[in-house]
Amino acid sequence: MSNWLILPVLIPLIAGIVALFFPKRVTAQRIWAFITSLILIGVNVFLLTYILANGIMTLELGGWEAPFGIVLVGDSLAVLLTTTTSLVTLPIIYFSFSTIGVGREKYYYYSFIQFLIAGVSGAFLTGDIFNLFVCFEVLLLASYALIGHGSTKTQLKESFNYVIVNVVSSAFFVIGVAYLYAVTGTLNMAQLSQRVSEAGAEPIITVIAILFLIVFGLKGALFPLYFWLPGSYSVPPTAIGAIFAALLTKVGIYSIFRTYSIIFNEDTAVTHTILLVLSAVTMIIGVIGAIAYRDVKLILVYNVIVAVGFILFGVASLNSDAFVGAIYYLLHDIVIKAALFLIIGALITAAGTSKLSGMGGIIKHHPLLTWMFFISALALAGVPPLGGFPGKLMLVVGGAEAGHYIVVAVMMIASLLVLFSVIRIFLQGFLGEPKLTHAEQHGSIKAQMPPIVFLVALSVFMGIGAEVMYPFVESAAQTLINPQAYIEAVLGGEA
Amino acid sequence: MKYNDVILQTVTKFISFLIFLFAIYIFFNGHQEPGGGFIGGLMTSAALVLLLLAFDMETVRRAMPIDYKTMIAIGLVFGVGTGVGSFFFSTPFLSQTFGYFHFPVLGELELTTTLAFDLGVYLTVVGATMTIIQTIGEDK
Repeated sequence: MSNWLILPVLIPLIAGIVALFFPKRVTAQRIWAFITSLILIGVNVFLLTYILANGIMTLELGGWEAPFGIVLVGDSLAVLLTTTTSLVTLPIIYFSFSTIGVGREKYYYYSFIQFLIAGVSGAFLTGDIFNLFVCFEVLLLASYALIGHGSTKTQLKESFNYVIVNVVSSAFFVIGVAYLYAVTGTLNMAQLSQRVSEAGAEPIITVIAILFLIVFGLKGALFPLYFWLPGSYSVPPTAIGAIFAALLTKVGIYSIFRTYSIIFNEDTAVTHTILLVLSAVTMIIGVIGAIAYRDVKLILVYNVIVAVGFILFGVASLNSDAFVGAIYYLLHDIVIKAALFLIIGALITAAGTSKLSGMGGIIKHHPLLTWMFFISALALAGVPPLGGFPGKLMLVVGGAEAGHYIVVAVMMIASLLVLFSVIRIFLQGFLGEPKLTHAEQHGSIKAQMPPIVFLVALSVFMGIGAEVMYPFVESAAQTLINPQAYIEAVLGGEA
Repeated sequence: MKYNDVILQTVTKFISFLIFLFAIYIFFNGHQEPGGGFIGGLMTSAALVLLLLAFDMETVRRAMPIDYKTMIAIGLVFGVGTGVGSFFFSTPFLSQTFGYFHFPVLGELELTTTLAFDLGVYLTVVGATMTIIQTIGEDK
């Protein structure tokens, strides 16, 4: 039974490997990718309900006991994230069928997507810091391949930046792990937590904590380490951009969640103040970018950065309400960023340009797309019945509880400006004077609608069904606030 | 002026077999002594690269008609397959098991499922190295 915990990693891995055998049969590739992502959703949902009923699930790989072998830990946070990952993967894969082009599909496109998902799920589930590094590399290598996939000029230029930044940050990651290993002598996260709390508030631990913040800040696009993101997320095809925006920065954020709640929880004065300031500045930088640009893709990309600031503000506040808010916002942000990227992809297909000045009156020929965009714009900003609301509300409550009133104010203003940035796309691009006649509009977007509707429906459900989701999020926040349960689950009762 | 590679090619024919042999020796030795799938695979690719240097790409491909990309996939199947096996014996994922078997010439030997995993590593390394070298080497 405990072997089930490897399945969120194993299914995409096997799916990717099998797809390597028949790269030129595009139809078979599509069917195989679709079926395996469907199975992945089923397994993840099953695991999620099982963990809520029976508590934290662990799997000691190869049968070696916890501190000595690699252990996978399925607490509700990790499994909520793998479930959301799989729910977002399916529509993005479906969206790829009609948009990515046969030329790309023949060159292992679906295998790379599956390897990316395997890496992301592995990073969420692992309980070992070096294994976390390996999973990061698995997903990064797949993302290197995807960002340059198709080899257009801009893609090659941006993939170069992306690879350099990530190679440097991975090197820092290894250095951080080496320092941590030298100080504590273990790589298992649960045992690291124990050893660090035995060592107490030593300055070297704080230094390592900040080194890890730099590493994960680079992966997760935290100010001032976000500079690589706008270019590299806006140049690849829409489906790839969507999967990047939905998942990649979130793995960095999740790692900050984990390391800052389980390992570095002794001397929080320094580290969490730094985190607080950085998250506030990240929000500000993000909204400045979102307002400044007239290119729909870039507006969305800067919204990804704003969300990073919001979520990390929850970690910096360090109380259970803020953690609930941060987790809820994180989950919803995965869904809504994927939805918005796909909508913008369809919009660019319909309007034939990504410049806001070149589009208008899309509502006349594509009313469904328009209203989908309108709903997800409101959900992104956090208008009450929709998905973005519960998370933001809890973030505000938690932030106020911790006394960070200024940052709460920054967050409220940032939300307003986020709404402004996306509503401007709505007013200028979807409403307004039609710039193109129906005949002039490029291609049909009928095939692109089902995944968009699915994701928007999911986002709406996260708002209306907040009551259903709350127990999962609540128990996820509990393991972060009180890591004792995590340590006991991994190392056994005597811990 | 026409170059004559007869010495290089004759020596290569002889040496590459020695390298293959040493690579296989290192591969099987990995459990008890330094070696294993990674270094064994690299050394096998070294032998193949030596062949590529002495002859041209077409000749080597005709002598060994292997699709190295499929080889990577097969290697990965071996690697994952040893893990998946644990599902059928209800042991934790990636558990290994071993047994002693009697072989006609070699006598009693210890065989472990780790060897299958290592074979996967070996095939993947050879496949990946040769794919890189062939892709860079061909002008297309």
